[in-house]
Amino acid sequence: MKPLIYMLTALAVIGLAFWAYRENYATQQALSETRELRRDIARLQTRLGVLRAEWAYLNRPERLRELADLNFETLGLLPLRPDQFGRVDQVAYPPLRRVTITDPVDVSTMEAAEE
Amino acid sequence: MIRTPLRPLARILPARDKGENTTAIERENLRLRHEEMQDQSRQRAESRLLVLGLCFVMAYGVVAARMGLMAVSEPHEPVAAASSSVIAAQRADIVDRNGNLLATNFETHSLYAQPPHMIDPIRAARELADIFPDLEYDKLLRDFTGKRKFLWIKRTLSPEQKQAVFDIGDPGLLFGPREMRLYPNGRLAAHVLGGASFGQEGVSAAEVIGVAGVERQFNGYLTDPDNAGRPLTLSLDLTIQAASEEVLAGGMRLLNAKGATSILMDAHTGEVISVVSLPDFDPNDRPRDLVEGDASDSPLFNRALQGVYELGSTFKIFASAQALELGLVHPDTIVDANGPMRVGGHLIGEFRNKNYGELSVSDVIVRSSNRGTGRLALEIGVTRQKAFLEALGFFDPLPLEVAEARMSHPLLPKRWTDLSTVTISYGHGISTTPMHLAAGYAAIANGGHYVSPTILKQDGPQYGPRVMSERTAAQSRAMLRRVVSDPKGTASFGEVEGYAVAGKTGSADKPKRTGGYYEDKVIATFATLFPVHDPKYVLVVTMDEPSDNSGEKPRRTAGWTAVPVAAEMIRRIAPLLGLRPQVEPAELAGISLIAN
Repeated sequence: MKPLIYMLTALAVIGLAFWAYRENYATQQALSETRELRRDIARLQTRLGVLRAEWAYLNRPERLRELADLNFETLGLLPLRPDQFGRVDQVAYPPLRRVTITDPVDVSTMEAAEE
Repeated sequence: MIRTPLRPLARILPARDKGENTTAIERENLRLRHEEMQDQSRQRAESRLLVLGLCFVMAYGVVAARMGLMAVSEPHEPVAAASSSVIAAQRADIVDRNGNLLATNFETHSLYAQPPHMIDPIRAARELADIFPDLEYDKLLRDFTGKRKFLWIKRTLSPEQKQAVFDIGDPGLLFGPREMRLYPNGRLAAHVLGGASFGQEGVSAAEVIGVAGVERQFNGYLTDPDNAGRPLTLSLDLTIQAASEEVLAGGMRLLNAKGATSILMDAHTGEVISVVSLPDFDPNDRPRDLVEGDASDSPLFNRALQGVYELGSTFKIFASAQALELGLVHPDTIVDANGPMRVGGHLIGEFRNKNYGELSVSDVIVRSSNRGTGRLALEIGVTRQKAFLEALGFFDPLPLEVAEARMSHPLLPKRWTDLSTVTISYGHGISTTPMHLAAGYAAIANGGHYVSPTILKQDGPQYGPRVMSERTAAQSRAMLRRVVSDPKGTASFGEVEGYAVAGKTGSADKPKRTGGYYEDKVIATFATLFPVHDPKYVLVVTMDEPSDNSGEKPRRTAGWTAVPVAAEMIRRIAPLLGLRPQVEPAELAGISLIAN
């Protein structure tokens, strides 16, 4: 009985050592991946910041005003005026599509009544 | 082990033969045995103590070694801990109420030199002077060939400049990463944003600190890592700010004014939607403070917050409102505005020495009569007038969250005499900022509550203590409306179709530094609220030394200068605020309580 217990214990120790060894390396791998991802995130965030700044710079009111002036002939943009407010009931409904009736019999219900 | 018997026969038998006492032998042996046992157990105890001591020494040794290792190791962030915090920029962004970017950070590089590492200092100096026109070749050469081991050349570089310096290829020219504050909208809202510059500088990083405006006021908030990724949201509206600046700049040019300021404030929340002060500056390239002369000549001077002016007749409505509130008068009570009027030995005159005769309180405001409001103020008295103006916030620096607002101390008379009461009732002898005035008008607009102006976005109305009744506020608004709608009113140019503008003009002569007043320099102010039947916004336009030279004589009163500019501004920004033009509800005629 005793030798069996000794053997099992020894096997367990070997098994655990192997497991710990693998875990150690897996952890280090995960850590280095995390580091790399963080670096990527930082780089992308910097880039995002630059893009946001550039977007804001390109959309600055001064530039938009100049662009509107430059392209006045094609776009005709002017500042919003009070009289440009409309109301929903000032907007006409879209015209109803007319069904063209070619043969008056098509719409007659006389046949249906006879049957 | 062989135990020695206590009574060994070998000794007992001879002893018996000799007739000796054998017990002595037994005792002797017992003693020896005990001694032996004692020695043994002492030895065991000693060795145990030794082992225990060793254990303790080892344990303490481990602790000490660990402490030593920790003390000498380089600190590094725990990588394994899954933190949700993003790697954020050094300083939080500033955005407007709709989330448009007003200030952000930009990665850039600084340039420094280590002359001992330079290969060809002469060529480096020459090429640097070519790239940067503001650097001098001689000075650079002197620095590079002298004893210096380190010098900064440029705080920030553009990517093109960096590449050009890189192409010089000298190992003594080095770059350090820098986070730079960037204001993408240029001059827009420059006075509110203020500006930032570098504080502590190192090779690998530099601290960015706000030097003025909200950048300085909220320096702690913006640099707090807890707020990383959460921008500071201001109450300003980018579009409306831009439109206001455009209109005001146009008005300032047309009217030959030295400066101008406009404030648009939400009457219920106290949010400042736009605040313009002209001339302005570019916060990306903030000019230096003036070291001599008048601070108000610098473009850095924020007229809306630092400009402490006598704002003239715009104050009249406060006198009439208080008289109404105290029940001294009704809007239709007749007030004597006849001259001459003497208070404390001084004559109180009217604009262009007019004489309005007898006027109703309402007409006193419409025609802007100094004597009329002066007589109302005398009835109110010194104490009550002071209390009312204090409740409206005219005695304290502005509570606005912009660094410059702390310096906006109103100028009050040292001794508040009857004469002060009279002059203050028409806005002379008390100097406040236009922002103070806007807060005062907001109280009339929102139905009688003081609201403290704020530059941060709020949710919902932020009413402060009540300073006048709903009824007084409504009556005052009706008077202010007549100033604009009545053909005899001083602000008849202020009418904007569909927006029912109500307001009061004020033209105050500028005080000379040497005492007395200029004849031909005025501060023209128009304080308005609109739309009058449901007031939402307060607009104050102030122009410094305007003059309308289109007529025969230069016209400088607010009615000819500040009023048309304000009207144009309302025409431009009211649609942007989402205000639909409305037909003003007509006054209900003829229902009044005659007798009970």
